[in-house]
Amino acid sequence: MIDELLRPFDFEFFRNGVIVATMAGALCGAIGVYVVLKGMSYIGHGLSHAIFGGFAASSLLGVNFLLGAGAWGVASALMINGVTRRRVIGSDAAIGVITTASFALGLALFALFGTAGRSFDAALFGSILGVGTDDVIAIFVVCVLAGTLIFLRYRALLFTTFDPEVADVAGVNTARMDALLMVVLAGSILATMQVLGVTLIAAALVVPAATARMLTNSFARMLQIATAIGSVCGFVGMNLSYHLDVQSGPAIVLTAATLFGAVFLTTGVTGRRRAAGITAPAPLAARID
Amino acid sequence: MSRSERDELLGLTAVTCGYAREAVLVDVDLAIREREFVGIVGPSGAGKTTALRVIAGSLRPAHGSVTRRPGLRMAYVPQVETINWSFPVTVRECVLMSRARERRLPWASRAERTLVSDVLGRLDIGELADRHIRELSGGQQQRVFIARALLGEPDLLLMDEPTSGVDVRLRHEVLHLLDDLNARGLAIVLTTHDLNGIAAHLPRIVCLNHSIIGDGSPHDVLTSDVLERTYGASMQVLEHGGMPVVIDSYRRGGHVPHILEIPA
Repeated sequence: MIDELLRPFDFEFFRNGVIVATMAGALCGAIGVYVVLKGMSYIGHGLSHAIFGGFAASSLLGVNFLLGAGAWGVASALMINGVTRRRVIGSDAAIGVITTASFALGLALFALFGTAGRSFDAALFGSILGVGTDDVIAIFVVCVLAGTLIFLRYRALLFTTFDPEVADVAGVNTARMDALLMVVLAGSILATMQVLGVTLIAAALVVPAATARMLTNSFARMLQIATAIGSVCGFVGMNLSYHLDVQSGPAIVLTAATLFGAVFLTTGVTGRRRAAGITAPAPLAARID
Repeated sequence: MSRSERDELLGLTAVTCGYAREAVLVDVDLAIREREFVGIVGPSGAGKTTALRVIAGSLRPAHGSVTRRPGLRMAYVPQVETINWSFPVTVRECVLMSRARERRLPWASRAERTLVSDVLGRLDIGELADRHIRELSGGQQQRVFIARALLGEPDLLLMDEPTSGVDVRLRHEVLHLLDDLNARGLAIVLTTHDLNGIAAHLPRIVCLNHSIIGDGSPHDVLTSDVLERTYGASMQVLEHGGMPVVIDSYRRGGHVPHILEIPA
């Protein structure tokens, strides 16, 4: 039994896949806390789809995937951030247009020209096959960047997430914090795309944070718990993916969803009440007299 | 430079601003000086919160200018209705947010732990530091946000409707607390709907209805004429114990004048 469980670790691709999935889970868990509490779940979902367009274009042009899709992702993230902050048009509508157009472009490019590099299915649903050393390095770099940002800008990020207008008055550069968060979010999506797939990244961002919210009322603890849940789900999901022969993205997300269900049932009314509070901040119109 | 100019923390000169193309404030002149305690009153939609946002710098005027003393530190206490009470944050985490500029690391330094303990103790919520903000009473919640503001060591405290929806006892509590802070040298500007409960107790009142209708002490400003022009409704002012008391003189079936019918 133990031998059977450890057997896949004989393969380098699997070891790489487990390392990437565990780090990806932790990364998405931590960033997901900000995404969920800022009411940005739809942005996370949309951004992952937008990056698919960059993935397709870089694959077609033979440009390095991380550079091509990375530049595309950061540009999309900053564009979405700009639209959301300026409230030029409804942010949901703007995000919908930008991200789905980018996703559609990716699909069209694959349909017209096929794929020169990475697998189309892997990009959509994640795969443990083909996880190479460059993926391990990429996720490690993004984890270090995200960790550094959270560690050195902990209070400013928390203040911006909780109460951006008051944070602004208190001297926090909230525009910079939002932009940094969006760039890290884009980097996280990019680095985790191989194992999670663009269609399932949003769940990896949202589910650990929502589960952690049911377990605590403290922001610091929520951040720690969500990171731990994300990494455990990445590790367990990746192993399940191998043994059950399903794609890694669904295996990781289903593991996280199962844990969410268990916590939902065991924490009872208290947990549900806490999780029910995960909503978007009050609209500005409600604050203006 | 005159003494009043030297004492000036902040000044609005001919400020006009609003949202989209609708002007909410028109040609507003206002100066806030050191140690002042100012109440901005006016009807709903008169631009009270907008004025606070201009003062705070979170809204830029379309015309006119805002000057602030270099290095001026401001803190803003928002309306409690706008706070996300479900956000996972304890009292300690909440108040430490305002130290974001002083310290970047997640945990509090020893000096900060002492400071937090002092401020929470002074506001009588010292034992609640590890409680979630939703688990507190209305008065305690208001104190948490005042504590957060104070921990940023501001020169000017801005408060939006600090006593909206609270009972008489809590209103007195908040007013006492603000009086005490003001006596220690903190300048305060607040908005309120409560003419008798809050405004009449403040040394300076600004009556606002898109532009400034009156600015002065309660005796100067709380007059039938100024209030009628501010609220567009008939009001009487009596005197009780040396303080003006505003009486809403609404009569069933009586004529309610439109704002444009009231002489400027």
